[in-house]
Parts: sequence; structure tokens; C-alpha cells
Amino acid sequence: MTDDDDRVFKALADPTRRSLLDRLFERDGRTLTELEEGAGMTRFGVMKHLRILEDAGLVVTRRSGREKLHYLNPVPIRLVHDRWIDKYTERQVSALADLKHELEGGSA
Amino acid sequence: MRTDTLTTTQVYRVYIKATPQAIWDAITDPAWTEKYGYTNRADYELRPGGAYRSYPSEAMKRGADAMGFTLPEVVVDGEVLESDPPHRLVQTWRMLMDPEAAEEGFTRLTYEIAETKGGVTKLTVTHELEGAPKLALVVAGRLEETGAGGGWAWVLSDLKSLLETGAPMDMEDGLKR
Repeated sequence: MTDDDDRVFKALADPTRRSLLDRLFERDGRTLTELEEGAGMTRFGVMKHLRILEDAGLVVTRRSGREKLHYLNPVPIRLVHDRWIDKYTERQVSALADLKHELEGGSA
Repeated sequence: MRTDTLTTTQVYRVYIKATPQAIWDAITDPAWTEKYGYTNRADYELRPGGAYRSYPSEAMKRGADAMGFTLPEVVVDGEVLESDPPHRLVQTWRMLMDPEAAEEGFTRLTYEIAETKGGVTKLTVTHELEGAPKLALVVAGRLEETGAGGGWAWVLSDLKSLLETGAPMDMEDGLKR
């Protein structure tokens, strides 16, 4: 599992790869040619970055006829969020939840 | 954000340290479906043409009551198109919890379960959402702030947690027990 998290953090540690994910977030299911446009690098460069994103599970490809489409897979980010970020924000979250219960007049 | 940006296909993948059968059961067996994600009770007739219905759990009803609305008796319905346990399940899927999403009609959902190395199984969920922009927002988790839950990413993260540790995530979302 740690290996998986490592791959996710490493994949996210690059602005070009984050930008590719942002573009898939805007519109999913893009071809390599579409992702190349505006990426400001060679086809080979884009392929290299997509490969790293795929290895981290952040991009999943799927064939549609003759085309290979790229999809953003948010599950690994969710896992990092649920396993790591929640852990460190837990106290604030539960304090807010308590406050919500109190304001709504319910019992926690 | 344009509203039509999500109206195509969404693909979700998660690797889980569990057998394909355990994952199949977690998706199709009501004893399991109540333990993670939206905690619905799934009712599948696992044959082509068979009915699929998903009922709100008690926890979900309580959550909805707390937020001031009543859930329909069936929250998701559909029809089984292909059932090949424990590897592939294709079905139609219509969410009835939200009137707008309900009106968008049936979408198509495919679960693919494939064994990989070291006792790890790959689960891929493909949701074809043409003509269902509201539902696409819900299942993408983009309405989470409004209490709609985190969609597939949230469900699959929770499923992984349940199967690997025996316990679902402890989340303050009002839907859990």
C-alpha cells in the first residue's frame, strides 16, 4: 500500500502531470492527440507523463473503436485523502460535527 | 464549469487485496452492500433481464430525515444485462433519489473484476452517462458538499477499506451507522 501511495505522490509532484489531470477533470475520455495539444511538449514527452500517471492508477485507458481514451481515475487520490489527510484533520472535523449537532439541537 | 463536461463515460479503478469472489459478493450481496459507501441494500436478480433494486438502509433513512427529506422506497433501480460471476456484471442504473437525476433515465454500469498478482484484485467500474449530466455530477462526487456523498471514488475507497481491514471508513457524512 505504501508503494501505491508513493507512486501517487510522485506522480502528483510534477506540474505537467497535474495539468494533464486537470484537463481530464475538465473533460474526461481524451485521446493522446487531444492531450498533446497545448501541452507544450513532444508526443513522446506527453506519453511518458501519461505512463507515470497510469502506473500510479491516476489515469485509466479504455479502447473505443480504434481510439485509446484516457480517463481520470480519482480513486487513488480519494484513498490518500481518506487514509492520510482525514487522519490529520480528524479533530477539526469532529469538532465541527459536534458543533453541527449542537446547533441543530440533536444529541451526538 | 460547463455542465456538459461530465456527460460521457466515467471510469474508476481500485486494487483490493481480496479475492474476486469477495468483491463480487460485496457488490451483489445485501449483507455486504449495507456496510460501505451509501450503505444501500442491493437486491439483484443475477441473470440477463433480471431486476436490480437498491433500498435505503436504516442509517441512510435516518441521515435523510436529519437533513429534512424523505427517501423513496427504492433509491436506485435497473436491469441486469450480463452476469458472469465473479468477473463481470453489466446493468442499467437509474438513480431515483433526486427527481432531476431520475428523469435523466437509465445509464449503463459495468463492473469488471480481474485477479492480478499477489492476491490483489483489480476492480474497474465504468459508468456510461450519456444524457445524464446531473447524475454524472453526483457519481463524480462533485455535489459532495451538498450532502450527495462522494460518488464512485468514495464508494470504492470505502469498499477497499472494508475488504482489507474489515471496517469501513469512519466518516462524518450523516449516512453511516
